[in-house]
Formats: sequence, C-alpha cells, structure tokens
Amino acid sequence: MFFKLNPATGQPLYLQLMQQIRHAAETGALRDGDQLPGIRTLAEELVVSPNTIAKAYSELEHEGLLELRQGSGAFLCVKRRTRSLADHVHGARRRIRELIERLRDDGLLDEEIRRAFEAELLHPTEIVRKP
Amino acid sequence: MTNAPAIETHGLVKSYGRVEAVRALNLCVEPNCITAFLGCNGAGKSTTIKMLLGMIAPSAGEGTVLGKRIGDPNESREARGKISYVAENKPLYGYMSVEQTIRFAGSFYRDWRDETAKELLYRYGLPLERKVRLLSKGMRTKLALLLAFARRPELLILDEPSEGLDPVGIEELLQTLVGQCAEGTTVFFSSHQIAEVERIADRVCILDKGRLMVDASLDHLRESYRRIDLVFPTTPCEPDFRMNGIESVRGAGCQLSVFASGNVEAVIERAHDLRATSIEVAPVGLRDIFLETVKEN
Repeated sequence: MFFKLNPATGQPLYLQLMQQIRHAAETGALRDGDQLPGIRTLAEELVVSPNTIAKAYSELEHEGLLELRQGSGAFLCVKRRTRSLADHVHGARRRIRELIERLRDDGLLDEEIRRAFEAELLHPTEIVRKP
Repeated sequence: MTNAPAIETHGLVKSYGRVEAVRALNLCVEPNCITAFLGCNGAGKSTTIKMLLGMIAPSAGEGTVLGKRIGDPNESREARGKISYVAENKPLYGYMSVEQTIRFAGSFYRDWRDETAKELLYRYGLPLERKVRLLSKGMRTKLALLLAFARRPELLILDEPSEGLDPVGIEELLQTLVGQCAEGTTVFFSSHQIAEVERIADRVCILDKGRLMVDASLDHLRESYRRIDLVFPTTPCEPDFRMNGIESVRGAGCQLSVFASGNVEAVIERAHDLRATSIEVAPVGLRDIFLETVKEN
C-alpha cells in the first residue's frame, strides 16, 4: 500500500492518512483482515512523526475501520458501513459530474471551476465537519 | 512514560550587558513529541538551548528539563545524563580518528548501544581511520549525530543538525529522528530548514528577537492559517479587515490580501458585505507563517 502525505495542503497529516486508508478500503486496494505497517515502520517510510501515524490509527480504530492488536499491529475490518460509504462516494461523484457539466454549459472554464471547488473546500466550516 | 513536560521554562531571561538575547521565555516542550525550534540567526535559539543544558546561567527566570531544575548544578547534571545533545558547531577532538572518537564516547555513556553505533557507521559510510580534523563538514556532522543517536536518551536536543548534510544525509537524519521518537525519545531541534520541519515536527516554536512568537502544533497551524485574496469593485479600505486573528492586510488597487491565523469566516463574511467580486482562500505553508511572524515583530 502506498500513502503520500503532503505537508502543504492546509490539512493535518493524520487526516490525510486517515482519508487515504479509508479510500484504499473503499476501492478494495485494502481488504478485510489486511495488516497495515507498524507505527514506527510507516513513520520511517513516510518520514513523518510517529504521533501522526498513531493518531490516524487510533481515530480509525474509533471509527471501526481498524483493529489495533497489542504488539502485532493494525488490521483492517471492512464491514458493511465501509461499503455503504463507498456507495455514497459513488453517488457524490455522479452529482459532482453533473454539476461540472452544468457549470461548463454556463461557460465556466475548468480552471475556474477547480478554483471555485478548492475555495469552497477550504471554507473553515467544511474542514471541521466530519464525514 | 509520563505526561510531564520534557522542558518547561518560566520567564527565562538572558542578558548580555544591555542586550536581552532571550526575553521572558515561557517554553513548554511535550514529551514523546518532535518539537522544532525556529528563528532567524541571533534570535536566541542556541542561547536558550545552552541555558536548558546548564551551560550558561539565566539572568532571570527558571526552568526544568526532565523534571530537574536548570539552575541547580546537581540536578542539571542528573538531567544531562539522560540527554543527547548535538551542538551547533559539532565540537569533536580533531586529533582522534573516527574509530577512536566512537570508542571514546561509547566508554562514556551508560545508555550507549554498540549495535546502533555499528549500524549508523555503516549507513553513514564514515571512514574509520580518518582523523576528525580531516573530515568534511557533512561527515563531521554525521559523526556528531552518530554519537548522539547511538545512545538511548530520554531527550534529544539538536542545534541545527542538518547543517552541512547533503539531501541523502538529510533524509537519513529525518528518518532517524522519526525512529528515535517512535522509541519514546523526546526530540527538540533547532533548524533553518523549514521544509524538513514541516514534514516531521509535531509542534513548532518560533523565536524572534528573544521572544516566543508561536508555540503550536503543526496540525493547528495547518488548519487555522489561511491567505484570503479578495477583489472588490472599488478600492477597498484596509482597516475594515483589521480584526481578531488577522495578522496582516495588504492592498494593491482593488485587491486585498489578508493573512489570517484564524477567524477566516469573519473575513469572508465582511468581504461579502463589502461586495467582493472574488474571494479565494488558500492554505499557508510553514515558510509563510515563519516569514510573516518574524516580519511582523
């Protein structure tokens, strides 16, 4: 599994890692029962603080997507909830595609649409809202 | 592992004549974290570190390192036994060879790990027979780091550890720091390499002219700092945006650029009220936060 954290996106690294693990579970890149690297191993691989990994793992355990076993690492538990999340993402993609088509029809350039999306996503209330 | 701060100071001052190198410093370094200590040349970083280690006496104020008072020579010595420190100028004995230096240091410390020393020696590719005075700047830095990392300290204090290292060396250094933290060591390091700090630090302290200007987690900085670029139909009034959490406002014609450490929503609301034709919110990197902080002061 490859993760890529970007320090310059204005989003905490542990949140980025959580999203990437969730995404991997939704797309099937990670499956039920798969083991994730240990905290130290992943911290050294991504060259980020081990506290970043520990926080992401512990939050995902809270969400029920990871099971942390003392001494043996983190294991994925993909339940129905994750699959329904995948359906949500699928539905959201369709609505976004429709919206983009409408904006293009209105004469907006892709670059303008992209900037508008980014600006809205960075809106502070949107950031703190949990998925 | 305890939750008591690894380093804590209250009103720490160091004056040289009429010049105050460090002013009323209240520092709190959390345990088991990587904390970066940033500041321009002469900001007081090295002076602070030397006070923490009992190498120079504070002019006023007090502090503890690993729970030991820095003003008490006996307690300070006790703390030093659990601290690995790499000084800014990497002082080593020039007449010794690399091998002699490592053996010498190994005989010195109770928490020395021979295996780790061998592993690092192999990884750093240091020439065993070469005299220290003949080492390049980068190799000298690597040797100093090796001596610090081969121990198993509770606290690692590094004064500009990446100085003189090439990009490969820097990457190895960062990996080692991350690994040390994973073993439970608290890491406190000063640096000018903001991109490195941004990758591995949990917390950042920014010192400017002896004063602590920022002491926050990087997560918090990432979430709260934003640059908001606004365009108005007519020339806007800068003072309209002077509010809580706004660090600076710059205007150019119909445009305004607002640098915010929070309160972004209020800025957007005000911009809407003033009929802004464009509102763009962008994240701000640590480099910009640093530059803005030392400029404002």
